[in-house]
Parts: sequence; structure tokens; C-alpha cells
Amino acid sequence: MILASATGFAVPHIDYTAILPELILIGGSLVLLAAGALNVRHLPTRVYSLLSGATGVAALIAGIVLWQKVHGGGHPLTAVAHSLVIDGFSTAFVILSACIIIVSSAIADGYLRREGIAGPEFHALALLGASGAMLMAAANDFIVIFLGLEIMSIPLYVLAALDQRRAESGEAGMKYFVLGAFSSAIFVYGIALTYGATGSTNLAQIAGYLATNVSTSNGLLLAGAGLLLVGFLFKVAAVPFHMWTPDVYQGAPTPATGFMAAIAKVGGFAALLRVFFSSFHSLEASWQPILWVVAVLTLVTGAVLGLVQRDVKRMLAYSSINHAGFILLGLQAASREGMSASLYYVFVYAFLVLGSFAVITVVGGRGDTSHAIESYRGLARRQPLLGFGFAVLLLAQAGAPFTTGFLGKLYVVEAAVRSHSYALAVIAMLTGAVAAAFYLRVVFVMYSLPAGEAAPAMALADGGALATGTEPAAAVAAPAGESRGGVLVAAPPEAPAGAATGAGGGLRLRAASLGIAPSTLAGIAVTVLFTLALGIWPAPLFSFVHAAGLLF
Amino acid sequence: MTPHLLAATLPDGLTFAIAGVIALVGSLGVVLSRNPVHSALMLIMSLFGVAVLFVEQDAQFLAAVQVIVYAGAIVVLFLFVIMLLGVDRSEAIATEPMPAQRLMAVGLGILALVEIALLSRERWPLGAHSVAGKARGTGHSNVYVLGRSLFTTYLLPFEVTSALLVIAVIGAIVLARRPRTSAGPTEGEAAAAEAGGGPLVDAGELVGSGAPSAERRVEAEEALARAGDRIGEPVGEQEGLTVVRRPEQ
Repeated sequence: MILASATGFAVPHIDYTAILPELILIGGSLVLLAAGALNVRHLPTRVYSLLSGATGVAALIAGIVLWQKVHGGGHPLTAVAHSLVIDGFSTAFVILSACIIIVSSAIADGYLRREGIAGPEFHALALLGASGAMLMAAANDFIVIFLGLEIMSIPLYVLAALDQRRAESGEAGMKYFVLGAFSSAIFVYGIALTYGATGSTNLAQIAGYLATNVSTSNGLLLAGAGLLLVGFLFKVAAVPFHMWTPDVYQGAPTPATGFMAAIAKVGGFAALLRVFFSSFHSLEASWQPILWVVAVLTLVTGAVLGLVQRDVKRMLAYSSINHAGFILLGLQAASREGMSASLYYVFVYAFLVLGSFAVITVVGGRGDTSHAIESYRGLARRQPLLGFGFAVLLLAQAGAPFTTGFLGKLYVVEAAVRSHSYALAVIAMLTGAVAAAFYLRVVFVMYSLPAGEAAPAMALADGGALATGTEPAAAVAAPAGESRGGVLVAAPPEAPAGAATGAGGGLRLRAASLGIAPSTLAGIAVTVLFTLALGIWPAPLFSFVHAAGLLF
Repeated sequence: MTPHLLAATLPDGLTFAIAGVIALVGSLGVVLSRNPVHSALMLIMSLFGVAVLFVEQDAQFLAAVQVIVYAGAIVVLFLFVIMLLGVDRSEAIATEPMPAQRLMAVGLGILALVEIALLSRERWPLGAHSVAGKARGTGHSNVYVLGRSLFTTYLLPFEVTSALLVIAVIGAIVLARRPRTSAGPTEGEAAAAEAGGGPLVDAGELVGSGAPSAERRVEAEEALARAGDRIGEPVGEQEGLTVVRRPEQ
């Protein structure tokens, strides 16, 4: 302080409540790493998972406190020398990121224990990545957005390459890293050009400059905005910057894929929506047509290529591209409803994709390899609860009524119609129908009889073995009543637990090696409940999203 | 508006000339040296010359960064790669693997020259002039100005960068380490193996070397056989790898 006063140096006020969620996540990851370093291989994985989940809960509480402060008034709207903006929009994304961390910690726990991956690295990297997404959502400066982008992306590159036993995982990490670094470079170039054109990296100052100045030739600014858009579109996997998505989603360890799909969309869309709605709002006429084309390409590519996939992870990768197109619909509308619709869709999508990849994690089995669509044959008969959950998540992604997925699609299409993008709305609905085909195919496969399964004894033994496996799940999941009944029906009293023939014993072993951890099932249950409850009773999430307005 | 060398003061001109010659000689040396290590060292010389030119332009921060980042870190990285690939390996550079490249390079070079010529005659297509402040005459060096904005306007980005460094360290460790278990035992199995007391070091495990080649492994095992029965002590050095006696089971 003496030095500061001697040189007339005013260190900006740091509002710690504004950055508390990020600090909690970064601090939590450091605690995890320290715990791992001090107790070499002695801490069981569930301790790390619990620590990670607790950090997520703490960040969630900090986010909710911040939310209430924002809406109660009396909280400064920008923090730390205007680097961050604290408004409903940023706080909503902070809350969502914290939720993702909690659910993803639970899901990853089962995977890490099944694969025997010791150590805190997965959780530590996930926490750091989520803090990057939060920074992107709250950033009020391009430099902070860039740093948030990198803090989010680099852990994702490492998570994609985490599984060292499969070469595809390393390949996925490498591919994601090289292409991601390239897109980051393009993004930075965009920042430089925008700075050159407007004289600032601050989002609010750029908006102010563009509102008060009319430039005779704005080639530099448009080039800057275009390059920034490319950087963002890469992160959210929009066509034509989607090439990495199928390979990376397929190669990465499945729980990492779910986390990556959720958090990258959250961070990418948070910053994309803020930059284009607030800073570049006056350039609307220039970027709306570009986004129209990108949205159409993204919707169509995701839906059509998703149809021909035989690998479920790859199929969901194309499905995520299709979803990115739907979220772009809200941005393309360039209206307040559009922004709320996009925000709603991101919320809905994050839970859907986390739950879906959690089910894929379970079905993938030890080694995380069986992801062909054939692995799902008869899943709903073997594991009614899991099958029901996956069916709900897939139907919600397809846009079935009484799920959040339906409301999300309805909301963005409505926004597009209101801004008179009728053709876009029609294309979006058509691609939604096409995409429904591949979701439904998985549901049909799950509910069909296992191939070549003639012997009823086998099915009975199967059901009996799995009834015990789903027991903890039934205690966890609330909509378990009818599914549990299903288990009991599938396992009639003639199939005693001890009467294991040779085949039955083998099946029993296989069921045990599926290794459905209660924590993973709890994660799936949360996402299914979120999807169903808020689909049937949508008011809370709608009002939440409507209150989450942009500051500028 | 082209800067005239003659208009500068004599010390300035001399410094420019000497630093320019150093930079040029260094860059020629990079291209013409037969030995790749010499090329890398010449690159450092060239970078130092450019750093002096930066000081001459009142860009002290850029000069310092040039020396620390390029000469200090990047060239060292180059040297690592050169050493890793083998210094004494000669490269067949007489045959061009991709002949089309040469043509393309000429074409692109001409294009870049034309572009620079056009741009230097026209006004720069800048939208705003608010960034075009005075480079000199503010009374403060640019190190001062930069440091000031780092700790005021850009305080948060500056601090957040530390998180990025943490991530880089974790990521590098996670990716570089070998898989602990190849068969993938569960937690219980791993704990059991732990309790049983596994081998300290594998026979012929290569310390401080990348991929073990078959010959090196054989050499290491021979060294191991020659060594007595001292357990756990380094028993031999083979081209930068330490051989440790495995404890008898």
C-alpha cells in the first residue's frame, strides 16, 4: 500500500463475492490435488468424488447468493475494474456450471472406480474447466473471455486424452487440442482486430463506441467480429467448425464426453450470446444472415449424419451438433425472447447430455468399449430402470411433450417465428423430426428382445441377477415405483438367486462387471427428474430464465 | 512518412547499424550452418540483435520479452528437440520432397510484397483512432505503462493467468505419466497389490529416457547381470539411463 500511494497507483477494488464461485472451484481443485499429493494412492476414489461434489455444492450456494444479490439490488454490476459483469445472465450460467460439476462428479465416480483410475486428476481438471466456463459467462472483457476459454478448454483436452489404455482417447485429445489451439488463435486475432477497430477490449465500452460512432468503412470491425464468431462456433460445435466433434466425443472417456459436451456448450454459448447481444448489437444486420446460414447447416448436418451412425457415442455427437443449431436459433432471432430461449435450451441440454452419457458410461462396461447400438438390445428388459431413464432422456432430446426438451425446442422456434425467420423455424422443426428417428431407434432397440434369445431360462436368470443390481437405484430414484414393479415381473419366483446354471452364472458375472455404482445412478436420476419434473411443471425454470436478463 | 536513418543521431544510427548487422548475420547463420546446434545458437544471436533494435525503438518491454521468451525458452526447446533427434544425424536436403512447395513459396512471397507495398501507400483501414496514442513523450516508459495497466485495468486477467499455469502443469503430468495399471484392476485389487509390495523398479527400467529401444534394454540387462547383489543402488550408467538392481522376490 505504501508503494501504491507513493506512485499514485490505485489498485482496483476486488469484490470477492462476485468471484467467489470461481474461487471456490479453483480452490477446490487445488485441495483435491493437495490431498492426492499428500496421500499417495491411499485415498479411495469416492473421497475425491465427494470433495469435488462438495465443491460444486459450495459454488452453487455462492452462485445462488449472488443471484439473490443481483435481484435484490445493491450489488455492484461490474466487478474488479470492470473485468466482470454480474447480472442475471452471468449468475444463471454460474449456477448451471455448478450443477454440472455436482452431477458430473457423481457420474464420474462410478466410472473411475470401475476402471480403477486412482487419483484426483479427473475431478481437479473438471473443476478447473467449470471455473473457466463461469469466467466466460461473467466476462466483461475480451481478454477475460479468452482466458476463460482457455481455462475451460485445456482441461477438456486433457480429459479427452485421459484414458491411456485406448489409443482413440489419445487421438481424441490430440485432435481436440490441435484444432482447439487453432481456433483459439483465430479468436485472439478477432480480439486484436476488434480492439483495433473500436479502441477497447471491454465489452461495454465496445458497445458504447459502436452506439455513438458511425464508421464509414467498418471492414476491420466486421473481420474481427467474424473471427470471434469462428472461435465461438468451434467451441459450441457448429457447422462448418464441427469436424472434431464426432471423433472427440467418441474417443474421450464417456463421462468426460458428457462433461465436455455440457460445459463447452455452456461456456461457449454464454460468451457468444453476451458478445453478440450486447457488444455487437448494432451490427445485427451483418451477423444475422451469417448465423442463419450457420444455423441451417448445423441443424441439417447434425440430423442427417446422426441417422447413419452405428455407434451411440458418435450418434450423440451429431445430435449435439443438431442441438447447437437449435440454440443458435435463439441467437439468430436477436431479440430478448431469443436470448431467453437460448439460455433455456442450454440449461435443458446440459442436463440431457450429462444423463445420456452417464447411461452410455454404464452400458459401455469395463474398458469403456461397447458403444455399438447392438449393446443396447434388450437393455430395458435387463435393466428396466436404466432403460426407462435413457428412454426419457432420448425422447426429451427428440422433443417429446412433457419433457424439458420439447419446451426448449418450442421456445427457440417461437423466438425465430417472432423475428420473422419463418423458413429457419420450418427447417429447424424438420431436422428435429429427422433427428427423432435416430433417438427412437435406440429406444426401440432397448425395448426389443435380445437378438437370438430363445431360451426363457436365460432371460429369467438375467432378470434375477439384475434385480439385485438395481436395488440401490430403486432407493435413489423417485419414479421407481413402476420400474421396480417391472423388475419384479421380470424375475418371477421360479428364478431363485442361488440356482445359477452355467449360463446364468456367466450372465451374473457380466451383470456385476457392468458395475453400476449408486453414485452414477443418482446422477442419472437427477437428470431424468430434472427433465421430467420441469417438463411437466415448467414455470420455475421459465421464470428463472426470464429473470436472467443481460445487463447491457 | 518513412523513417530516415540519417535523421537520427549518430549513436542511434550506430546502434541501429551494429544491431542490424548482428541480427542479419545471425539469421544468415541459422540458414547456412551445417550443424543444427550452431543454427540454434545463431538464432539466439539474431534474436538478441532484434532485441537491441526494440530497445532502440523505446520498446523495452518487448525487448525483455524477446530475450526471456524467445532466446530463453523457445530456443532451449529447439535445442531439446535437436538433441532428442540426434545431433550427428545428417539430413538429405539435396532432394526436395515437395517440389511444388518451392513454387508456392515464391508466389506467396511476391503476393506478400505486393500487399505490403499497397498497404504502405494507402491509409490503414482503422475504424478508431483512440488507440493511436503517443509512443514517446508520456513521461513514462512503456514498461511502467504496461505494468500499471496489468495491475489496474487488467488485474483480473493477470491473476487468472495463474489458474492457466496450474492447468498446464496438471495437464502435462496427467498426459506424460505412464498408465499405473495396464490390466485395470479395481480399487480393491490395486490396494491388494500395494499391500503385497511390488517391485521397486522394473529390471531395465529406463530412467530419464524416452522410448526404450531393444538394444538399450539388452545393454541394461547385461549391466544388471554384471552388477553384484547390491539392491536398489545405481549399478551402472548407460547413455543417460540409470540401472537399478531389482530386489529379489
